[in-house]
Amino acid sequence: MDIKDIIKPENLVYQKTPLMTDKPLSYCPGCGHGTAHRIVMEVIEEMGIQSETIGVAPVGCSVLAYDFMNVDMVGASHGRAPAVATGIKRCWPEKFVYTYQGDGDLAAIGTAETIHAANRGENITIIFINNGIYGMTGGQMAPTTLEGMKTSTSPYGRELKSMGNPLKMTELLAQLPGTCYVTRQSVHSPRNVRRAKKAVRAAFESQKENKGLSLVEIVSNCNSGWKMEPVASNEWMVEHMFPFYPLGDIKVDGKLVNNQ
Amino acid sequence: MAKMKGAIVVDLEKCKGCEVCRVACPNDVIAMAQEVNHKGYHYAYQEHQDACVGCANCAVVCPDGVITVYKVKLSD
Repeated sequence: MDIKDIIKPENLVYQKTPLMTDKPLSYCPGCGHGTAHRIVMEVIEEMGIQSETIGVAPVGCSVLAYDFMNVDMVGASHGRAPAVATGIKRCWPEKFVYTYQGDGDLAAIGTAETIHAANRGENITIIFINNGIYGMTGGQMAPTTLEGMKTSTSPYGRELKSMGNPLKMTELLAQLPGTCYVTRQSVHSPRNVRRAKKAVRAAFESQKENKGLSLVEIVSNCNSGWKMEPVASNEWMVEHMFPFYPLGDIKVDGKLVNNQ
Repeated sequence: MAKMKGAIVVDLEKCKGCEVCRVACPNDVIAMAQEVNHKGYHYAYQEHQDACVGCANCAVVCPDGVITVYKVKLSD
């Protein structure tokens, strides 16, 4: 069979969702941000809630998310996305409100806003991209940087005595009674992308039922910051990030899941 | 069992040549071109067209969403 006979509109099985704009993404080659953007938009498309969704873009690599996501977006100050989302959701309780934040945004400067939004049980969804580094500003150490991990501000590796311990923000938030659905996923392989998409769907569904704050952490790579090639950085992530940040559901329907 | 046959279309100008799709393909269909696109990336292309089954793994992992997948069921 000739390839021209296969490439016909009726045989289409997968294409980029129209909820992603045609603008080329500003991310580095192989960065997980693009995949994470797309699965969020695919979920919004499948649920048919494009006109009722308001996203809050953070500061970081994904600061330009409003250029790529074809839904209403608001830009927040660094780390303040959950606070801005709280205001939007309280004004329009019937709208779907989500924030899209990196680890420098959510786990460092925005820790207070994140924890209090979760503790108040604000009915919003947080998509949290954790790559263990400040990507946009040149690969500095973040609270989520692993022990011994080399960054531009910890060139000999993170030393716990002087630099503190890596922060497991997702486990921390799962302890709070205001959170409903808390999970950790990744987007480096087809299987993980499909699982992550299901998790994002579950997060938006729990928001629909007014159950409380839902959080999806996506462990991602930062090949530029880690000074690796994209495929090598994904392998490094599987080898080093996943033992410390294990994948899976942490809290479902307001009840902690015992994975260990 | 009915056999599936697939084909992919890569948006060559938007591909950033990260090779994540090449690794995700179960049948080694995808290879990176020797030539570069206007941005200077070695873009992905379908090298072994016959082996493609249209599983869409490449399109699902592509960070930039540049791959479109088509699939037909072959009658025996």
